[in-house]
Amino acid sequence: MSTDVTAKTPAPAPPGGSGAATGGGLLQLMLNGLRRNMRQYGMLIALGLIVVLFEIWTGGDLLLPRNVSNLVLQNSYILILAIGMMLVIIAGHIDLSVGSLTAFVGATAAVLTVNHHMAWPLAVVLCLLVGAVAGSLQGFMIAYLGIPSFIVTLAGMLLFRGLTEILLKGQTLGPFPDGLQKAGNGFLPEVGPNTNYHNLTLLLGIVLIASVVWQEVRDRRRQQEFALDVLPTKMFVLKLVALVAAVLVVTLLLASYKGAPIVLIILGVLVVGYGYVMRNAVFGRHIYAIGGNLPAAKLSGVKDKRVTFQVFLNMGVLAALAGLVVAARLNAASPKAGVNYELEAIASSFIGGASMSGGVGTVLGAIIGGLVLGVLNNGMNLLSVGTDWQQVIKGLALLAAVGFDVWNKRKSGS
Amino acid sequence: MAGPVLEMRSIVKTFPGVKALSDVTLTVRQGEVHAICGENGAGKSTLMKVLSGVHPHGTYEGEILFEEEVCHFKDIRASEQRGIVIIHQELALVPFLSIAENIFLGNEHARRGFINWNDTLKHATELLRRVGLDEHPETRVADIGVGKQQLVEIAKALSKSVKLLILDEPTAALNDEDSGKLLDLILELKKQGITSIIISHKLNEIRRVADSVTILRDGRTIETLDVKAAETTEERIIAGMVGRDLDHRFPERTPHQPEEGAAPALEIRGWTVLHPIDQQRKVVDDVSIEVRRGEIVGIAGLMGAGRTELAMNVFGRTYGRYASGTVLKDGKEIRTKTVAEAVGHGIAYVTEDRKHYGLNLIDTINRNISLSALGKVARRGVVDEHEERQVAEGFRKSMNIKAPTVFEPVGKLSGGNQQKVVLSKWIFAGPDVLILDEPTRGIDVGAKYEIYTVIDQLAAQGKAVVFISSELPELLGMCDRIYTMAAGRLTGEVPRAEATQEVLMRHMTKDKEVTR
Repeated sequence: MSTDVTAKTPAPAPPGGSGAATGGGLLQLMLNGLRRNMRQYGMLIALGLIVVLFEIWTGGDLLLPRNVSNLVLQNSYILILAIGMMLVIIAGHIDLSVGSLTAFVGATAAVLTVNHHMAWPLAVVLCLLVGAVAGSLQGFMIAYLGIPSFIVTLAGMLLFRGLTEILLKGQTLGPFPDGLQKAGNGFLPEVGPNTNYHNLTLLLGIVLIASVVWQEVRDRRRQQEFALDVLPTKMFVLKLVALVAAVLVVTLLLASYKGAPIVLIILGVLVVGYGYVMRNAVFGRHIYAIGGNLPAAKLSGVKDKRVTFQVFLNMGVLAALAGLVVAARLNAASPKAGVNYELEAIASSFIGGASMSGGVGTVLGAIIGGLVLGVLNNGMNLLSVGTDWQQVIKGLALLAAVGFDVWNKRKSGS
Repeated sequence: MAGPVLEMRSIVKTFPGVKALSDVTLTVRQGEVHAICGENGAGKSTLMKVLSGVHPHGTYEGEILFEEEVCHFKDIRASEQRGIVIIHQELALVPFLSIAENIFLGNEHARRGFINWNDTLKHATELLRRVGLDEHPETRVADIGVGKQQLVEIAKALSKSVKLLILDEPTAALNDEDSGKLLDLILELKKQGITSIIISHKLNEIRRVADSVTILRDGRTIETLDVKAAETTEERIIAGMVGRDLDHRFPERTPHQPEEGAAPALEIRGWTVLHPIDQQRKVVDDVSIEVRRGEIVGIAGLMGAGRTELAMNVFGRTYGRYASGTVLKDGKEIRTKTVAEAVGHGIAYVTEDRKHYGLNLIDTINRNISLSALGKVARRGVVDEHEERQVAEGFRKSMNIKAPTVFEPVGKLSGGNQQKVVLSKWIFAGPDVLILDEPTRGIDVGAKYEIYTVIDQLAAQGKAVVFISSELPELLGMCDRIYTMAAGRLTGEVPRAEATQEVLMRHMTKDKEVTR
């Protein structure tokens, strides 16, 4: 997973005026960065701790290449939903319908390919379209009719669940065509000579490392061009080495099993893409602005209604994608698919630093939050903890994360 | 005349960084109507909050004597038990409860927690008769007009056996007819032995109902006058309100020389705005103003004069309902129905309420500055972060925004620095016309001077500036021309040479005679 993490990790903003790379200055620099991104680093550290703990408790099973692959596949759909949910929550809304919509899209895919023998790529496109339509209908009601998102999506939750059961006539429908199954469940194809490693995955890792380095160097040069303060050279090299090492470790882990799961590639593209949009695109800025202070955003000329509409449209498409991944992975569409997914996605966002009142959060945060829940799930499964206790512990994790946040804010506020 | 019912002695109230009241003394006689007046920010509302226990005993200095006893109110309930009831400018009614439920809210006619409806309705009907409100007590408060809601508030006060009734600008939101009724009611209650304190800007109202008037300025009592005495003219009251000290400092300005023939940068003709809810009320009534390039034009007015409402309605209809009027930019008629259109035509509005309408407090300085013109640092929908940061750094230096980096959340800055961020944001948008609404409200003297300097530079660059302010000295110090507004209407236009605080205040307190 850390391929995504590293690709997105923002350069810790260099504080002004600290050009000298003295030992004290370096430490100060790191402390400043840490303080500014306390929430994100805090969760990253927590995630690291959880991983280490479970690694010890499971006697090293957690980080076995096979289990890492598994972890990705098990959590991919929640992570996809969490990305969309993060946008919704930053905009100051909530979406309760995504679990049901996920099931509904899965059912649509099954009816199209199994009952009507439609070619699967076409079915995929149609399914994404169904998600877009569902999302835009809800978005229209929320943005333009002014119905609260909680109500609209609560209705959507009931409605899509009902439609799923009608579509499937209460039965599980499958199996899916091979191609779709492979897309949701499979790995990158095996090519080239036998190296004991998965070649394509290795190649991908190398390309990723190269692009990360290139990106960082280019960024640094641009900063200098604009005469802005940059990280001291020592720090910059240190950071590059850390990034490269992280990508390398994950690549080797995955490459020593069956290679990178296709879903991981999709997820990686989404994380990098959405991270970029939220950070650098005008659209992303406008989402933060309307969530942070709606009247001020309106007075600044932000088209708040259109942005809200687009956020829900986007959520619909991502929910459809998650629905396809779930269906392909289970190789069947079930009327009970996707139950509670909305809650998992919402929990991921809040663990990852979103605020109930909107305006705060990052895509990376949603992924970290989702992974915290995912690793807890997976680790407890390995330790054969019952689902009863799993729920209790996940609930406590959510409380602890947000509680820490509140405590941290109060401390710095007063 | 009867002796004092209330004495407030040497009241001092300090908020973090601001001394709101420094040595205020107020004496109110039994059975009189006592008016308090003063400019915005003179400390009227704070004084009343001290009296009613909103600011509890211990958070201020000085002492309060009510009916010759020293009082230590720890909250509103304590002051209400003594018979002191305050009716705030923003009415404190629950819109979806009935009139009767509102009257007895927190004070229900109940036995063991269950409400006795017969008792409640009977008592409510009596109270409504006393205040002259002809409505059924089970009517929802949301279904009656603001004027009637004001009467419900008074009925509520009467239900608490009020001895001293405090009304904070009771007619600010009312039309002439409702104002007249309300003032009559105050006189009626006076006959029943209820003492009232009325805070008001409207001098004609004060003359009509009040027996004496206490004038506050800059958190101090200036004087108490007998309204019925012959020498207490409106001019006399105005002189007390504005004082004569001009100790503010302003950058040297060369007055603007109007260019011959050139059309005004911005011209507003016959602008009328209706209240967003009460559409019978015109909050801005047929106002026409113009401003030329390089000129700073002030708009003076007291609370409720309609200045902000005018500016916000012109700027993308962000307040109220548009009724009529046209906007011309450089002589050509333009549409400003949305904020985007207004900004597109080179108009910027810098709000009076930076925390609610100006800034995203949880976001950083650079992102706040770029928000209204993101397109300038973006290509094909993608923001160039480096360019954005460079722009923000530029403003941090040129505007002297005191922050370690531009990545600091705006919420952590002081008021003056926040104001500089809001100004930077709109200067970055590159407008031709800037409408500045109370640009120096709530910031310290040093920052004020810096902001005046920026405004002066903007005008020198050929931008047209509309400067809305409640502080007359700063309008006098900065503007080439000053419009005055009162109760939604334009009441005067004064060139720099003729402008004095007295002249402006006379125009600002001009109001139609209260009818009835």
